[in-house]
Amino acid sequence: MQRHILKKKNHITIISGILIVIAYISKLGFGNINIFTWSLIISSAIGATPIAIQAYQSLKVKVVSIDVLVTIAVIGAFLISEFEESAIVTFLFLFGAYLEQRTLNKTRSAIKELTEMAPENALKQMENGEFEEIEVDEVDVGNILLVKTGAKVPVDGTVLTGEGHINEASITGESLPVSKNKDSQVYAGTILENGTIQIIANRVGEDTTFGKIIELIEEAQDSKSEAERFIDKFSKYYTPVVLVLAFIVWLFSQDIELAITILVLGCPGALVIGVPVSNVAGIGNGAKHGVLLKGSEVIGDFSKVNTIVFDKTGTLTIGNPKVTDKEIYADNVDEILSYLASVEKESDHPLAKSVVEYIGDTKAYAVEKTEVVKGGGIVAQVNGHRVAVGNVALIKQENVHLSEKTRADITKFEKNGNSLVLTSVDNELKVLMGIRDQIRPGVKENLQKLKKLGVKNLVVLSGDNQGTVDLVASELELTEAHGHMLPEDKSAYIKKLIDKGQIVAFVGDGVNDSPSLALAQIGIAMGNGTDVAIETSDVVLMNSDFSRLPHALGLTKSTAYNMRQNIIIAVGVVLVLLASVFFSEWMNMSIGMLIHEASILVVILNGMRLLRYKLK
Amino acid sequence: MQKATIQLETLTCPSCMQKIENGVKSLDGVDKESLSVSFNSSKVKLNFDDEKVSIKDIENTIDKLGYNVIKSQVKAL
Repeated sequence: MQRHILKKKNHITIISGILIVIAYISKLGFGNINIFTWSLIISSAIGATPIAIQAYQSLKVKVVSIDVLVTIAVIGAFLISEFEESAIVTFLFLFGAYLEQRTLNKTRSAIKELTEMAPENALKQMENGEFEEIEVDEVDVGNILLVKTGAKVPVDGTVLTGEGHINEASITGESLPVSKNKDSQVYAGTILENGTIQIIANRVGEDTTFGKIIELIEEAQDSKSEAERFIDKFSKYYTPVVLVLAFIVWLFSQDIELAITILVLGCPGALVIGVPVSNVAGIGNGAKHGVLLKGSEVIGDFSKVNTIVFDKTGTLTIGNPKVTDKEIYADNVDEILSYLASVEKESDHPLAKSVVEYIGDTKAYAVEKTEVVKGGGIVAQVNGHRVAVGNVALIKQENVHLSEKTRADITKFEKNGNSLVLTSVDNELKVLMGIRDQIRPGVKENLQKLKKLGVKNLVVLSGDNQGTVDLVASELELTEAHGHMLPEDKSAYIKKLIDKGQIVAFVGDGVNDSPSLALAQIGIAMGNGTDVAIETSDVVLMNSDFSRLPHALGLTKSTAYNMRQNIIIAVGVVLVLLASVFFSEWMNMSIGMLIHEASILVVILNGMRLLRYKLK
Repeated sequence: MQKATIQLETLTCPSCMQKIENGVKSLDGVDKESLSVSFNSSKVKLNFDDEKVSIKDIENTIDKLGYNVIKSQVKAL
């Protein structure tokens, strides 16, 4: 019976509201006080029933909840025949709860949408070789699964057969489909846009990358700052204290109306709900835009950041070096470039890859007597010629004569921030190439946005040579640039900044920057949602798009501001209500409940504004 | 031992968490240390000894307190 009544709470709210309307029509329209009074009595009784059941259930588990306060207040109102008060209070309380549920659902919708991207079913290969649809929870590691066009990949796994293109936006933020074939890794929650593949499950359920992201977001929602923990503790004792206070007031004044008004006014709703609502809406907005914020403490700290330190490669630059400058000191250009490409194909050095990529399709020569010179390059026999490919040191070692012009070219290339690849054929310099990592598109504009958001220092730390780092810094208008830095040098430098009183965020790829990510007040992993990045950082930019960073900073600033607004609204309302009960004539139980419920809705609606946040 | 994640209809007040926590904790066989109720995701997570208490008992306890259980996921630990 009790359960049935609780399940029909919304119907009860409507009936209670209709009875109140009937009561006022009969009084104001027809002057019928009898119908007015009885309608209010019935409305109170019907409305108070589910509240009283909840109060009883709360007391049974030793919790003095708001239902207890309202139930006592309604009983008190009944005792002094204030049926108008009791009916309006119960209706407002029920209707307020209904609206709270609706608006809170909206606030949490962003995160809900993300969790709904989780796969639910999988096609598993049975012992007879046929594929049958099962629930994703039933998939075990080692199972062979079939993924058809348009389906979600159910687990993290490896492609056994077939090929196709997968949209991995849910994991990496990259919206361009990625080609997959035998031995490619695939991730749960991604979508096979075309093709058909069979995969073997490597990680299932909560162990998948997607599962970890969801878990991280849910934990982030519940992680509390010190202020919130205080509010929680405070609210635990607050309600019983209000109950005692109301009793004391009644004891001394014998004024039941005053005592029950205090009970209603003392409900702590907006205060305990205001901060979590902002938090959830902020985290939800971030999740929707490829930004994972690990909780309200992180939001608070990140919003105060005034120094952002960047790793260079893969963060400010693409991490894919390209040939940007070249000089050729020969007439038989095609032949020389073919020699160079043939030698470079022997190497897996990143610079060699850039050279091969730059030269493209060309005649391939057999490469013989290959000799790798450590820290220098490669020397080999190609088509009967001695070909040396490497840096200036190797070329000097080969006794190659460098003319005035080539020396000037080398100086110019170095100034431009290039790494150099020189090629000599039979001890004559034939090719000089300058290779540079490219600045990520849009980085400069986004760094300007960070400055506008109040970041005073933008610092780049890199293992590369100082010239290269300086060039990147001047191109991007950074405030500081330091090269030749090992991971431990980077973290030492960050410590120095923190000791100076700066609030520092470090942005890296989350793989070799763990010490710096951990040391900075805010560690931001740019990247593709790898386990390491997710584990070690405070903020993960799932999207490799650099514009997520100013969005993340702007969002945390707005969220922190929104939390403060909600606390001010909540505390302000409580103070005004309590002051007015003692020092004004107009305050009563119904007005108190109306203001109380309105303040809860105001803080929820205020928090909801964050869902629509976009960096201007 | 089993691990359960119970999805509830939206929780609207932090004292709801306390009620559910106290109610579920009182059941014999529930690992009190593992019990967590999330206000924001409206999820209850806990480990329990299925020889002493069933997921149905836990769901009923929550239901009696006035909270609708949407779905439960149970896995062996």
